[in-house]
Amino acid sequence: MAYNFKEVMERPDRLASGHRMCAGCGAPIAVRGVLRAIKPEDKAVICSATCCLEVSTCMYPYTSWKDSFIHNAFENAAATISGVEAAHKSLAAKGKVPENYKFIAFGGDGGTYDIGFQSLSGAMERNHDMVYVCYDNEAYMNTGIQRSSATPLYADTTTSATGKASSGKTQNRKDLAEVIAAHHVPYVAQTTFIGNLKDLHEKAEKALYTPGAAFLNVLAPCPRGWRYEAEDIAEICKMAVETCFWPLFEVENDVWKINYQPKNKRPIEDFLKTQGRFKHLFKKGNEHLIADIQKEVDHRWELLLKRAQ
Amino acid sequence: MAIQDRLSGNEAVSIAIKQINPDVMPAFPITPSTEIPQFISQFIANGEMDTVFVPVESEHSAMSACIGSQSAGGRTVTATSSCGLALMFEMLYVAASNRLPITMAVVNRALSGPININNDHSDSMGARDSGWLQIYAENAQEAYDNFFQCMKIGEHPSVQLPVMCCQDGFITSHAVERMELIETEKVKAFMGEYKPEHYLLNPDQTLAVGPYDIPQYYMEHKKAQAVAMENARAAILEVAKEFEAMTGRKYGMIEEYCMEDAELAMIIIGSSAGTAKEACDELRAAGVKAGVIKVRVFRPFPAEEIVAALKGVKAVAIMDKTESFSANGGPMGAEVKAAMFGKLGDVLVTNYIYGIGGRDVKVDDLKSVYDKLAEMVKTGKSPEHYQYLALRD
Ligand SMILES: Cc1ncc(C[n+]2csc(CCOP(=O)(O)OP(=O)(O)O)c2C)c(N)n1
Ligand code: SF4
Ligand SMILES: [Mg+2]
Repeated sequence: MAYNFKEVMERPDRLASGHRMCAGCGAPIAVRGVLRAIKPEDKAVICSATCCLEVSTCMYPYTSWKDSFIHNAFENAAATISGVEAAHKSLAAKGKVPENYKFIAFGGDGGTYDIGFQSLSGAMERNHDMVYVCYDNEAYMNTGIQRSSATPLYADTTTSATGKASSGKTQNRKDLAEVIAAHHVPYVAQTTFIGNLKDLHEKAEKALYTPGAAFLNVLAPCPRGWRYEAEDIAEICKMAVETCFWPLFEVENDVWKINYQPKNKRPIEDFLKTQGRFKHLFKKGNEHLIADIQKEVDHRWELLLKRAQ
Repeated sequence: MAIQDRLSGNEAVSIAIKQINPDVMPAFPITPSTEIPQFISQFIANGEMDTVFVPVESEHSAMSACIGSQSAGGRTVTATSSCGLALMFEMLYVAASNRLPITMAVVNRALSGPININNDHSDSMGARDSGWLQIYAENAQEAYDNFFQCMKIGEHPSVQLPVMCCQDGFITSHAVERMELIETEKVKAFMGEYKPEHYLLNPDQTLAVGPYDIPQYYMEHKKAQAVAMENARAAILEVAKEFEAMTGRKYGMIEEYCMEDAELAMIIIGSSAGTAKEACDELRAAGVKAGVIKVRVFRPFPAEEIVAALKGVKAVAIMDKTESFSANGGPMGAEVKAAMFGKLGDVLVTNYIYGIGGRDVKVDDLKSVYDKLAEMVKTGKSPEHYQYLALRD
């Protein structure tokens, strides 16, 4: 079905406003974008890992979630929703609950790439009929911007601090979408907030309506951790894609497809300079650090191009 | 007609699960409970039951999936031992605070390290404050009977808490005993259907489970949980009565053996209670007024029942099949002494650590405990420190 921005935006929000996330936060954009892809007549059970999203949307006695919601712990959103899905399978077979439920887990990069990695891998391998959505803000924001395995090279975080003897995180980031694709689940995609959110919507729709396990990795900037002004989020996401730092791609039944190839790949500086966490890289004498990042971005883009041929 | 059979504890519990046919069972293998998910998987493969089995990648995920499933409205069971239970630790508290009546077969085994696959109670005793009910079996028959009762107690409207159904690893789980099974129709009638008041998959009312709790509410929520544990006392007895009406087998918080006129008493849990009864019989034959208090339910703790059973006793030995490293005795020792405080001032008390890591517990070992009690009565003194039973030099 062709993407109709107006129709999609007019669907009732399944995440109520009034939650406590910061202005300019990418997480609620990711959540709303995914939930809008659920057909309004379908029901959903949503799980969130412990993270900024969870603490800001479900503070007793309130909840921002209009669907049934469960928070369990930091590292087990995938296992938790797999239990919900298993119960649904059992109860629906006995005619005790309606068939038309969707099962979605949200986790931050910490809860997904790191501590929840095993739980996610297990649930993907078991191929539950579920969608796992990682909103990737490239650090543990809820506990005060600590590095994760999603944090890019040389980023300044509170546990990969910059100083006289350090230029930030010394390791490259993990490519999680690729790792999940290696589980050979029916659908894996990477996206962010571009244009009128068409890419996010279409991928969420495919993820939700493809039977079996699906994984979405959504780059979801955080103004506090990345140090930018709230209104700059759209530009930052655009630069992430235009520099090929965050390529838009999907893997459908093991077929790799790049959804957008920039005509002129922008230099990585165009992404880095938008954020305070990379500020130290622009000091005189640090040009080689930017060159290191550029080299890694180029290398990974080449790999992706080969995969998608 | 009840069915006579020869079964191990693991087989018995697996048959109980088959007869209940719960909605979901997430599980992960670990000795000595591994056979339980194996049997269930085979029963499902044979078409004998239609539980959705979730072969998770760890016990942490097993308990996480149990929480998801039971919150969704599914009757959910699992099984584990030792390190598996330890890996679930974080989630045990969540299951209890969410008031989810998950039923878990715990086949007790020593915790690492050093790694040891044999029986003691360090695993479940380590989780004693997690908010789960704990019911311990002396033998396979009890493990079987308890499993039904555990689920029914947990699901009781006044309780709504998860329950551990414990049996001793290898000693009970693998030894084959003569026992009596209940007809499946009777089991079904006894268990009834699981109908939670609130659940995630209720199409008429959405639900939020596990919200962030702030200081203004947390204490009240914990108090509500404590009240549910308190309510469990009555539910345990109510369910036991119903179970007795169905099977003729009687259960309570504790079991008293030769306690009417006992002067020397031993308080003990699990399979070793059988050994204690044997020691008691031999001593009775020799004219010693020995008795045994078997603790069946450890959570909620049967403080009143134990104190009442100890009336008239001169000396008591409290037996712990785990070390708690308080440098002051084991968990049963601490709980029983707290229960006695101010009520049984002149009873002499000693606390033993025994049988840990699978150390054999022989009738003679337990008789030596009664000898110690007799000596205490003679000198009028309790030992100052807790002691280890049958320790090699
Ligand atoms: C077992 C466990 N370890 C640590 C924590 C503390 N903790 C809570 S949220 C969090 C970081 C979350 O990071 P991420 O998943 O990236 O989500 P974000 O807050 O960045 O959106 C940490 C470390 C916890 N809740 N549980
Ligand atoms: S700290 Fe960052 S991730 Fe957390 S709510 Fe604020 S903007 Fe969002
Ligand atoms: Mg994060």
